[in-house]
Amino acid sequence: MRVNFTVNGRPQEADDVWEGESLLYVLRERLGLPGSKNACEQGECGSCTVRLDGVPVCSCLVAAGQAQGREVVTVEGLADFAKQRACGTGSCGGTSLDEAKRWEADGTDSQTGEGTELAPIQQAFIDAGAVQCGFCTPGLLVAADEMLERNPNPTDADIREALSGNLCRCTGYEKIMDAVRLAAARQSEGV
Amino acid sequence: MAANGAPTKITQGSQTKGGIGESTLRPDGTLKVTGEFAYSSDMWHEDMLWGQILRSTVAHAEIVSIDTGEALAMPGVYAVMTYDDLPTDVRNYGLEIQDTPVLAHGKVRHHGEPVAIVAADHPETARRAAAKIKVEYRELPVITDEASATAPDAILVHENRDDHHIGHVPHPNIVHRQPIVRGNADEAAKRADVIVKGEYYFGMQDQAFLGPESGLAVPAEDGGVDLYIATQWLHSDLRQIAPVLGLPEDKVRMTLSGVGGAFGGREDLSMQIHACLLALRTGKPVKIVYNRFESFFGHVHRHPAKLHYEHGATKDGKLTHMKCRIVLDGGAYASASPAVVGNASSLSVGPYVIDDVDIEAIALYSNNPPCGAMRGFGAVQACFAYEAQMDKLAKKLGMDPVEFRQLNAMEQGTIMPTGQPVDSPAPVAELLRRVKAMPMPPERQWESSEGADVRQLPGGLSNTTHGEGVVRGVGYAVGIKNVGFSEGFDDYSTAKVRMEVINGEPVATVHTAMAEVGQGGVTVHAQIARTELGVTQVTIHPADTQVGSAGSTSASRQTYVTGGAVKNACELVREKVLEIGRRKFGSYHPAWATAELLLEGGKVVTDGGEVLSDLVDVLGDEAVEVEEEWRHRPTEAFDLRTGQGNGHVQYSFAAHRAVVEVDTELGLVKVIELACAQDVGKALNPLSVIGQIQGGTIQGMGIAVMEEIVVDPRTAKVRNPSFTDYLLPTILDTPTIPVDVLELADEHAPYGLRGIGEAPTLSSTPAVLAAIRNATGLALDRTPVRPEHLTGTA
Amino acid sequence: MDFLRPASWEEALAAKAEHPTAVPIAGGTDVMVEINFDHRRPEYLMDLNRIGDLTEWEVGEDTVRLGASVPYTRIMENLDTELPGLALASHTVASPQIRNRGGVGGNLGTASPAGDAHPALLAAGAEVEVESVRGARRIPIDEFYTGVKRNALAPDELIRAVHVKKADGPQQFSKVGTRNAMVIAVCAFGLALHPETRTVRTGIGSAAPTPVRAKAAEEFLNAALEEGGFWDNGKIITPSVAKQFADLCSAACNPIDDVRGTASYRRHAVGVMARRTLTWTWESYRGTRRAAKGAA
Repeated sequence: MRVNFTVNGRPQEADDVWEGESLLYVLRERLGLPGSKNACEQGECGSCTVRLDGVPVCSCLVAAGQAQGREVVTVEGLADFAKQRACGTGSCGGTSLDEAKRWEADGTDSQTGEGTELAPIQQAFIDAGAVQCGFCTPGLLVAADEMLERNPNPTDADIREALSGNLCRCTGYEKIMDAVRLAAARQSEGV
Repeated sequence: MAANGAPTKITQGSQTKGGIGESTLRPDGTLKVTGEFAYSSDMWHEDMLWGQILRSTVAHAEIVSIDTGEALAMPGVYAVMTYDDLPTDVRNYGLEIQDTPVLAHGKVRHHGEPVAIVAADHPETARRAAAKIKVEYRELPVITDEASATAPDAILVHENRDDHHIGHVPHPNIVHRQPIVRGNADEAAKRADVIVKGEYYFGMQDQAFLGPESGLAVPAEDGGVDLYIATQWLHSDLRQIAPVLGLPEDKVRMTLSGVGGAFGGREDLSMQIHACLLALRTGKPVKIVYNRFESFFGHVHRHPAKLHYEHGATKDGKLTHMKCRIVLDGGAYASASPAVVGNASSLSVGPYVIDDVDIEAIALYSNNPPCGAMRGFGAVQACFAYEAQMDKLAKKLGMDPVEFRQLNAMEQGTIMPTGQPVDSPAPVAELLRRVKAMPMPPERQWESSEGADVRQLPGGLSNTTHGEGVVRGVGYAVGIKNVGFSEGFDDYSTAKVRMEVINGEPVATVHTAMAEVGQGGVTVHAQIARTELGVTQVTIHPADTQVGSAGSTSASRQTYVTGGAVKNACELVREKVLEIGRRKFGSYHPAWATAELLLEGGKVVTDGGEVLSDLVDVLGDEAVEVEEEWRHRPTEAFDLRTGQGNGHVQYSFAAHRAVVEVDTELGLVKVIELACAQDVGKALNPLSVIGQIQGGTIQGMGIAVMEEIVVDPRTAKVRNPSFTDYLLPTILDTPTIPVDVLELADEHAPYGLRGIGEAPTLSSTPAVLAAIRNATGLALDRTPVRPEHLTGTA
Repeated sequence: MDFLRPASWEEALAAKAEHPTAVPIAGGTDVMVEINFDHRRPEYLMDLNRIGDLTEWEVGEDTVRLGASVPYTRIMENLDTELPGLALASHTVASPQIRNRGGVGGNLGTASPAGDAHPALLAAGAEVEVESVRGARRIPIDEFYTGVKRNALAPDELIRAVHVKKADGPQQFSKVGTRNAMVIAVCAFGLALHPETRTVRTGIGSAAPTPVRAKAAEEFLNAALEEGGFWDNGKIITPSVAKQFADLCSAACNPIDDVRGTASYRRHAVGVMARRTLTWTWESYRGTRRAAKGAA
């Protein structure tokens, strides 16, 4: 079957989709968006978390056909998504001439992504040491970003509850807690 | 044509400073948070096929027949292969003993053993085809424990063993046996005022790395194959893969893809050979990705163990002797069992001084799932048991459990049961002191003005208690782990370092085959290059088999050994650079010949700080490159009869204090805090060090309270191969983990560092168990503890 | 496999009539796992996400009509006053991601004894609104579960909504799992006090082949409360009554040993949860009474 939906603001079309395929499979194998991860395919680990019409869901539990006509945001689109949200709340201006020039001069380092514009939660994960193997990271970022959108000043218990659907095997979660606290603090300082 | 998602070089550039000792951020961090980092399951190739493995549905059986006809006839199926289709006479592989069939031949020895492989144009086609392969089994009785393995009429799991252990094991269903005898335990026991005995059981733990086994094999025009793979040790894989394919090693070109965690579970091969076989057979790229169900069958687990311990002590609290017998279940294939036996026996005494010991460790062959490497490797099981014994002894003597441990703590100069002196700092008593001195977490943190916050109580969101039945307990434990490969293994690594000027800036490139599995080796390599070569810009070349072996990312060894190799190669590069400098500029300044010269800030400087030249000017158009192997001090095998020998390179120590709250009526546990103190020698990257300690701590907590692969003792079949029933700690199960890092340099190691990854996994489990015992007053001789064990309803 | 995408309830009923083997999928929590792990290959997969009606709820005089696909998150956030027991149960379902998509219809359709919604529905009192092209009917929740993973649905029927009695008194839900979040019930217990009728109702999950009520325990407690005038005098329930109630709840279990827990533990844990939830609800009832008196 054919499935059409929007991913990270762009219309996408997948052809010859087997009816039993998940949204996760279509994103990863048909649309070239492997950022959402395939760790358990049973809704237990959260590595495949995406936003479906704004709501965080496990994309492994969404049949591809159910995504028809819907809007999906994946980790690949998180930075843009966060930027647009910030613009929506009036906390960003247009690109200044200076910024445009710097962009020209630096560009993105294609090898490390240095210079890539990140969502605040992405930067916080790097800064706090919340990334080790990184396989849980995309799902955690999508879930944490959405929590901070709803609840800008979470308590530790709030953070733990919101992220309780995302397993991490490397970090013991302490640095993930640090990262979310850091992102929340930066957000409230307007940094 | 290159595969999509092929690993790219990572350059950490001018925005990132950071030599050793700094908390430099990961060079792959940005790629990992944007979803661009290419893991092995992300590989994609135009025209690629999907591989699928058909696995045995029974644990022990003769294969009467296999019929692949119907599967082969399916549209979209390109190949179906069984044992008979293997291209050469090399049809087994294995880390130390090549006893593992690439595909089952005549017999299957465990539940989920690969029997046939399929390549098709869609994963669903491949699955349907695999389901159409008809395998007829004639079931055999299963061997599931020591009694059934060594019974007089026991079926041999492996007939015709010819490996190098068969000569010294008491039964062919025993892989390896290592006794250690020192002093006279029976005599010493006579001095004991108290004797404590215990039988302990340690459950089967899964590494449960999140990135499933996966990879892409691309057939090459020269008849070889390019394999993009997640592994812990490229060259070990290569040595096992190439002979099965009938290819010389240089025609099997392996590149490390992104690795989604490992923890020992990627030390053995999984789908590597299968993908290559199908690619070579079909002439098309083949991708294989396990799902979580298959992953539970696709890698070895941590050995479950039965441990019998006897300790004695005088009434003033000095240990007199220890006797122990450790039975590890290795499952159907040897994997790393012999080395696990060596660790379990040689570290069975723990970080304590006991002169008179009688130790025996064995690993069984059985029809249970194969077991091998997992973080802590043999030392974990022993630590769980000896720490339980320490608490029992302290209680019997009426002593404080920490003081009792401190009284018997090993220190630098202590002689191990193997006769090996501990020749670097061993601050066991100090770690215990530190962890005990940390402030206690406040009581009843779950109480708030709005009532009980269930998220902070045992049972969590499930709303099982609002404080009823909740009792706090505190427990302590300390452990000892060896670092690096032991027992005479030639444990080396290789680093290729290149220095040149690019765009007017000196740049170092570090190329090793080290598997970055998340531990942060790439961060540390760049830090070492900056420190040794005085550059800011460092490029980390993708890990592959175009450079010499780095050894395994295991045994807490990579920062030590590959870090050591990078340091060594950098030093050689530095010498060459200085040679060039002397040649070019030596006549301009006498210091070139007389002073100690360093590379700092892109310049050649004297140890007095005088700048002699810019590196850019020294190098000009020249590139300096060195590839060199580096070894730590050699070790010796343990004597097969007495266990004596200088078997280990270095030891690593951590101590934990666990604070738990137990709902004693429902048997539910909430770990409130796991405080850790660890000696790391030198923290090359403090942020990463703490991350390793916290991660290791929680893996230890998992096996204390929830993780266990449950095998049916009647059928030897795995009962819970999924994340629904094999439970990993969530962020709501996880306590705060304050860490106190001690840095006492080991003069034998690069920068004085100590391998750190495993030690925290050891002591965390017994500390949690001790805390639960403290809360409940129960004896608790098995881990994990389940609610039924705490409520008398097992 | 065919993928059916009915745009309306009527289309869905027609499709189900034409293809009775069609497997409805909404939140995907159970169905997609079965497909991903190759446990099930339905001939037809029928997406119910396009039927807006299923995600809506209506608060009536006595009951809440809850669309089969109203996500658990919505129930927790919007219906904790009307359906406190179900809201508590919803909060224990799997993970936030799954609560965002899964609804009570899935729990009822799968009819696993471990479904978290069942004990709360049994305790509150509910009717399941099902429909086929032949017509609609309401199945009392006590008659809905017919066996292990079996329910009273005919092959051509679909679950449209659940009519749950609005709480007229305190309700509680408690579930034992071996993890503090994201865990399948080892066993679960729901309790609702119904002061208007001076009755209590219970629901037990994962401790028998189907979700069950502990009817003997309810009858005992109803009688004991009546006898002691507890509903009027608001006294603390005596420990012996609470214990007897707990024991009868344990006795209502018919559990098995499995990889998640032993039968013996399940019986024990249901008793503990019964006693605790009775204490919590009764304390709350007494508090409400006191508050009402104070106001009066």
